[in-house]
Amino acid sequence: MVVVSLIMRLIAGAALMILVAALAFLFEGVDRVVHARMQRRIGPPVFQPFLDLLKLLGKENIVPRRAVAWAFNGAPWVAAATMLLVFLYIPIGSLPPILGGEGDMILIIYLLGLSGVAMAVGGFASGNPIANVGAQREMILMMSYELPLAVVVSTLAYVAYKTGMPGEPFSLETFSGMSVWGVVGKVGFLGILCLFLALVLVVPGETGKGPMDIPEAKTEILEGLIIEYSGTNLAMFKITFALRATAMAAVIVSIFFPWSLGSFLGFGSVFLYALDFLWFWVKVFVVQIIFVTFMRTAFGRFKIWQASEFYLIKVAGLSIAGMILASVGLVI
Amino acid sequence: MDKKYKVPIGPVHVGLKEPITAWLDLEGERIVGATVRPGAIHRGIEFMARDRNPIQVIYLSERICGICSFSHVTTFLRAVEDAASIPVPPRAQYIRSLVLELERLHSHMLWAGVACYTIGFDSAFHLGMALREKVMDVLEVLSGNRVNYGVATVGGVRWDVTPELAKTVKQMVKYYKQEFTPFYDVVTADPIAKARLRNVGVLTYEEALRHSAVGPTARASGVRCDLRESSPYEAYGDFSVRAVVPQDYYGKAYGDVFDRFLVRVHEVYQSLEIIEKVMAGLPEGDIMWEKNLNKVLAFLKKAEGTGWASIEAPRGDDTHVVHLKGGDENVTWWKVRAPTYANAISWPLMFKNNELADAPLIINSIDPCISCMERMLATDSSTGARKVVTRAELLEKCREKTRRLMQNGGR
Repeated sequence: MVVVSLIMRLIAGAALMILVAALAFLFEGVDRVVHARMQRRIGPPVFQPFLDLLKLLGKENIVPRRAVAWAFNGAPWVAAATMLLVFLYIPIGSLPPILGGEGDMILIIYLLGLSGVAMAVGGFASGNPIANVGAQREMILMMSYELPLAVVVSTLAYVAYKTGMPGEPFSLETFSGMSVWGVVGKVGFLGILCLFLALVLVVPGETGKGPMDIPEAKTEILEGLIIEYSGTNLAMFKITFALRATAMAAVIVSIFFPWSLGSFLGFGSVFLYALDFLWFWVKVFVVQIIFVTFMRTAFGRFKIWQASEFYLIKVAGLSIAGMILASVGLVI
Repeated sequence: MDKKYKVPIGPVHVGLKEPITAWLDLEGERIVGATVRPGAIHRGIEFMARDRNPIQVIYLSERICGICSFSHVTTFLRAVEDAASIPVPPRAQYIRSLVLELERLHSHMLWAGVACYTIGFDSAFHLGMALREKVMDVLEVLSGNRVNYGVATVGGVRWDVTPELAKTVKQMVKYYKQEFTPFYDVVTADPIAKARLRNVGVLTYEEALRHSAVGPTARASGVRCDLRESSPYEAYGDFSVRAVVPQDYYGKAYGDVFDRFLVRVHEVYQSLEIIEKVMAGLPEGDIMWEKNLNKVLAFLKKAEGTGWASIEAPRGDDTHVVHLKGGDENVTWWKVRAPTYANAISWPLMFKNNELADAPLIINSIDPCISCMERMLATDSSTGARKVVTRAELLEKCREKTRRLMQNGGR
C-alpha cells in the first residue's frame, strides 16, 4: 500500500508540476499583454513566454571563463526545482496538497527563500561585477522582506491555534479548509486585513517584479543576477521567475481566499474537486493580475536601501500592527 | 564593505541612448569616484565638412544629432550668414523659431520619457513616447520628415507655413495643454519617482557656474541663463522669453535630477506659449533671401570671413564657428561645440556620493548627446595603445595645425 501511494503521489506530483509550469507561463503571457494594454501598447502574443522558453532551450549554454562552473550551472536548476516543489505543499482548491502531512507554511517560506538564495549564488558564481551587485541586492531584499513574512505567518498560526481552527496551526490546509476572516471578530478582522496587506506588499519583493525588480534592474545593472546566463540555464531562471509570481499568488489565495465555489453551489465528490481546482486557478490569476501586474505598471523602481527601509519599517510595522490587532481581537 | 571595486556603465548599456563609458569606483552601492571615458562614436563630421560647400554642409550638420538636428542646422546657418553677411527675411526667422520650439518640445518629452524608463517607470515612459508622437506629426506635416527636417537653407527656410499646418499646430498646442499635465502629474506625484529623483545627482549653483554647465542642467541649479533671454536670435526678440529656473516656481533650486525634470516640463509649457505667439505674429513676406541656389553658392564662394553663432538648443548653448575663404567653394573650417561638451564636465561631480542605481539616471539627466560631443581619441593600431590627449598637447597640436593651415593658404 505504501508503495502504491508513493507511486500515485509521484505521478500526481509530476503532472501537477508540468501543469503548474504551463499555467505560470500562461499567466505571465497574460500579464505581459495586460501590462502592455495599460501602457497603450498592443503587447506580445499570449504564448510568447512559451516561445521564448523553447528558443532558450535550443540555445547554447555559455559559461564565462571566470565563473565557478558547478555553482553557475547548478543554481538555475536548484532555483527552478525548489519553486516547483512549493506547489506540492499548497492545497489546490478542495484537493489536499500532494505532500500534505510532510510540510507546512514554514517550509514554503524556506523553499521560496531557497530559490532566491540559489539565484544569488548563481549571480555570485558568474564572476561578473554587475551580477555580483545584483546578487548582493537580492540578498538584501530577501533579508528585508523575511521579517514581515515571518510575522504574518506566525500570527496566522497563533490565530488558528487560539480559535481552534481544525488542523495543524502552521499547515496551509487549515486555512484553505476554513476562512480565517470569519473566526476572528471585528478587531481581529482589522488585524487580518493588516496581515493581508503586508503579505501583498511582500509579493513584488518575493517575485522580483514591480517596484522591487531591483536585483534584475535592467536600466541600472543590465538584468543584474542573470546577466551572464544564456541557453538552458536562462530558461530555468525564466521558469523560476514565472513560478515565483504564481506561487506567491497561490499562497495568498490559500490563506486569505479559501472560499470553495463547489460547496457553495452544493456540488459533490468529483465535481466539487474539479470545479474547485479550476476556481483555485481563477483566483490565483486574479490575485496575480492585481498584485503583480498592476503594481509593476503603476510604479517605478525603488533603490535598494529604499526598498529595505520600506520592508523593514513600513511593511514590518504594518504586519506587527496586524499581529497586535489580531491578538487583541482574540482576547476580547 | 571597505573593499572598492570598479563597475563600468557603458559603452553599451540599456539605460544609455548612446555609447559612453563611466567607470565607477564603488564601495558597496555608493559611488566614491567616477571617470568618464568618451570616444566610442567619433565620426569626424567637421573634417568631412571641409570637402563640401555650405549648402551640402547643411545636410551634414543635420546629422550631427538625431534629436536637436534643427538646432545644429540653425546654428550653422547663422554662422554662415554671419560670415557672409546674408540677411534673413522676418517670416523665415519666425518659421525657424517655430521649428526650434517644436524641436524643443519633442526633445524634452523624449528626455522625460527616458528619465522615467531609467528609474524603471515604464508606464510613464510609454505615456511620454505616445505624447511625443503629436509633435512629430506636426513636423512631418511641415517638412515631410520626422527626424531630419531639411527645413532651413542659407538665408531662409525652404518650407512655408501653410494654413493646413497652422491648423495642425493649433490642434497640437490644444492637445498638449490638455494631455501633458496628466503626464507631469503622474511623475511628480508618484512617491517612488520622487524618491528616485530628489537629491540625486546634485549640482550646486556655484559648481554649475564654475564648471560652465549650460541649458536645463544649469537652470536646474538655479543659474538664470537662457540665450533666448540674454541674447535673442531669430524671432525670439519679439517674445521676451524668460529663463525657467526652479526657484521661480518652487522657491528653491536643489540642482538635482528632479529639478532638471521640472525645468524641462516648464520649458514645454513655455515652448507652447512661444509657438502660439509665433503663429499669431507670423509676418508676411519672402521666406528666402535668394531662391536660386546657384546664386547663393556663387555669393558664398566670394564671401570671406569667420562667422559665429550660438543658440539655445534643447540641451543648452550650441555654438558653431565657420570660416569661409574668398574664391573657395568649400567650408574652410567649421567648429561645433555641442551643449553636452560643456555639461559632461559636471558628471564626475554629480556622481559623487550617489549610488550605482542612480548612475544611468545621472548620465541621462543632462540629456547627453554623445555623438554631438565626441571630438577626438588618439589610437595607435600598431601597438594597440589608446591615449587621451592632454590639454597641453592639444594646445600644441592646435597651434601646429593653425601654422599648417596658414602655410597652405587655408586648406
